[in-house]
Amino acid sequence: MRMRNLVPILYILFLMLPIYWLVAMSFKTTNEILSGFSLFPQTWTFENYIAIFTDPTWYWGYINSIIYVTLNTVISVSVALPAAYAFSRYSFVGDKHLFFWLLTNRMAPAAVFALPFFQLYSAVGLFDTHLAVALAHCLFNVPLAVWILEGFMSGVPKELDETAYVDGYSFPRFFMTIFLPAIKSGVGVAAFFCFMFSWVEMLLSKTLTAVEAKPIAAVMTRTASSAGYELGLLAAAGTLTIIPGAIVIYFVRNYIAKGFALGRV
Amino acid sequence: MAQITLSNLRHSYHPNLKSDADYALKKIDLTWEDGGAYALLGPSGCGKSTLLNIISGLLVPSEGKILFGDQDVTSLPPAKRNIAQVFQFPVIYDTMTVYDNLAFPLRNRGRDEDIVKQRVTAIAEMLEVTDMLNTRAANLSPDNKQKISMGRGLVRQDVNVVMFDEPLTVIDPHLKWKLRSKLKELHQRVKATMIYVTHDQTEALTFADKVVVMQDGEIVQMGTPVELFERPAHTFVGHFIGSPGMNVLPCDVKGGAAFFGGEQVSLEGPAKDVADGGAEVGIRPEFVSIASNGQGVDAVVRKVADVGRHKVVEAIAHDSRIHAILEGEAPSAGEAVKLQFKQSQTRLYKDGWLASSPEEAA
Amino acid sequence: MKTQNQRAWFFVLPVLLLVAFNALIPMMTVVNYSVQETFGDNLFFWEGLRWFQEVLQSERFHNALGRQFFFTFMILIIEIPLGIAIALSMPKKGPWVPVCLVLMALPMLIPWNVVGAMWNIFTLPDIGLLGYFLNHTLGISYDMTQDPVAAWVTIIVMDVWHWTSLVVLLSYAGLVSIPNAYYQAAEIDGASNWAVFRFIQLPKMKTVLTIAILLRFMDSFNIYTEPFVLTGGGPGNSTTLLSIDLVKIALGQFDLGPAAAMSLIYFAITLLTSWLFYTLMTRDDNKA
Repeated sequence: MRMRNLVPILYILFLMLPIYWLVAMSFKTTNEILSGFSLFPQTWTFENYIAIFTDPTWYWGYINSIIYVTLNTVISVSVALPAAYAFSRYSFVGDKHLFFWLLTNRMAPAAVFALPFFQLYSAVGLFDTHLAVALAHCLFNVPLAVWILEGFMSGVPKELDETAYVDGYSFPRFFMTIFLPAIKSGVGVAAFFCFMFSWVEMLLSKTLTAVEAKPIAAVMTRTASSAGYELGLLAAAGTLTIIPGAIVIYFVRNYIAKGFALGRV
Repeated sequence: MAQITLSNLRHSYHPNLKSDADYALKKIDLTWEDGGAYALLGPSGCGKSTLLNIISGLLVPSEGKILFGDQDVTSLPPAKRNIAQVFQFPVIYDTMTVYDNLAFPLRNRGRDEDIVKQRVTAIAEMLEVTDMLNTRAANLSPDNKQKISMGRGLVRQDVNVVMFDEPLTVIDPHLKWKLRSKLKELHQRVKATMIYVTHDQTEALTFADKVVVMQDGEIVQMGTPVELFERPAHTFVGHFIGSPGMNVLPCDVKGGAAFFGGEQVSLEGPAKDVADGGAEVGIRPEFVSIASNGQGVDAVVRKVADVGRHKVVEAIAHDSRIHAILEGEAPSAGEAVKLQFKQSQTRLYKDGWLASSPEEAA
Repeated sequence: MKTQNQRAWFFVLPVLLLVAFNALIPMMTVVNYSVQETFGDNLFFWEGLRWFQEVLQSERFHNALGRQFFFTFMILIIEIPLGIAIALSMPKKGPWVPVCLVLMALPMLIPWNVVGAMWNIFTLPDIGLLGYFLNHTLGISYDMTQDPVAAWVTIIVMDVWHWTSLVVLLSYAGLVSIPNAYYQAAEIDGASNWAVFRFIQLPKMKTVLTIAILLRFMDSFNIYTEPFVLTGGGPGNSTTLLSIDLVKIALGQFDLGPAAAMSLIYFAITLLTSWLFYTLMTRDDNKA
């Protein structure tokens, strides 16, 4: 093996260590955790996982998270598609400013919006619903989706559109049957990023929910603080939050590198 | 500068070989004379780029040796071989000025700035890019970018060979001939060996003194453009060069004479040592004419195309298609005609290879 | 050439409405708070620019801002070169490439508070893998709840762990898009490894690196959840970054006016710095 291969291997090792420790902890009994250091679980236990899967507050946390993340991904990508098309194909009054303004919304610290969001979504009666979180996450996911999709669409020659119109396609039919398949990897990449940022975001999703739509990540913090240090349970819940991301990333593994390269600055 | 010898070269991209077909290059023996202008011609995938990369050192051949003069360079890296290569897509260093681009190969070799300046100025003048020397190379048009990549190849005085790998692919048609004649002119001025790889016969025939035709990893023929045109050593060369290519007609050989559809065809000379059986007759469309004396091969005209200077007639005789290039009057489609082949240009091919030789007396 | 078409606004409308709803209304709320004083019960008093003056003059804000800039500076100076170096040493193709990419992207897909919790467990002095290793194997005294230096090192290492992969993936995407002919030409031109990096790889990575630096700047400047879960801003105030302080003021003390003024200043700084970065990075492209 050559020396330079060592660099990514060491890096990946560094990435895996904390994850390993989280997973190892999740299989330890509380006694073992508190009694001292052990590299591997001495007595394997599934207690922590059983606790999670039998307690509705826990597993509803997962379901809630998955609901609003999916909802957000669908909303973000479907509104971003026509907008990205407009940015990539037409020039119109204010297009540059609009594009830049959209991107600035990614720069707004989520902490700034926490309180006004709480008030806004309470005022429109959406507080503690999945839709509230899904809509709130659009703040940073829609600009991102527009940005990524615009990059992919600009890579499709304009002649494709023109040929389709000459062949008598209507715009909606052209868009659905010809254009979308041509940029499907872009849609995949955009959806992936929307999923990712919605899944990992905590501050807004925690602020906008109380009981009904409480995300798993928020359930975790409450449990950790109220019931003292139930480290095993915390670790098990944490481990479970890694799985959806891992599954999604496996499906887009061949597009990750490419998707990054095609954005426009 | 030196003569380049390729001896017993074979190359395969597969690590474990199963058959001969796994070889991208099948046994190449070739000598490139010092200072020659060569073209390496062949269809896509015939192994010409592989051969080029072996000469430049970007690839190490599976078997065989490369000699520059008397020195064995087979295992030397490109930088040590003193060669230059121009690629299909212009390679320029975006962040540098044109001047720095041209100076780059010299500076990497630690030449004095005085010499660098002198060489860069000289090359820039030859390429007619003197007025661009201080602009950023990223802002140039594709043909100027390609000029700069050529310039980087020519700037070093001691190069053994400059190689061009389909250098005009991305150049606009109307600029192609300009760059091509520039290249020809440069060859005459710098007197370096040049190898020009292309699949375009016009580019090959106009640039090179000698053309090497390749097919399926083999060298089929090496010769001057005239030789390739008049005496193709293989039906492939006949097909590939010329527009339309050589007519290749199935025939039977009996006792050294060739019969096309039962009629004897007079060949340029005797086909010695050709066993009786199936073979092919090759005749260029330029040497096919319509008989006025009523003698010749019966054929029916199918299509006539007027290409300006002459007319291309496509006729069917004994189920074979024959092209003829005619000056002036031509028959119209559907007409029955008799075709005559010029005897001195009618050749016999056995298994694809030339089997007849011209009459000793002629 | 793009077609002039004002109907394009129609396509953009849904995005516009959605983002405006999420951005403009809350922003107006923030602006509204920033110029008023409230004692609850929806009673507001006009304060003008008082809160802005107060925030800009307060030492607390200066300190938090200083810590924030230091944090972001450290993040950029470590993650960008490290990410480039890792991308450079990755294989260009082969069966291991997707495996590497998936494993590297994994930290980015973990919820941010889980990242904080995970590092908390990882660094516990007696039962965390890293904490135990440092304290008991290497004999280095390490407890980030007591030692500000340890706390700082931990949040920086955590962010390096969390986000370096973004730089790696972006750089890698830039690298694999370089045609092979560039490397071959450089080899023939006798270029050193450094020259190949300086004149081929770096220029070709410029676009993706601009994105990487911008994203890393914005996200590290706005970071909240991970350090909050890990250190809670402590020990003392030593790791109280700008957004942690902001949430403390807004939700902890319910000082809405100063919090809102601080938000706007904060946002303005992020915007201005991003714009500056962007202008500097793309300056050369606009020339001639």
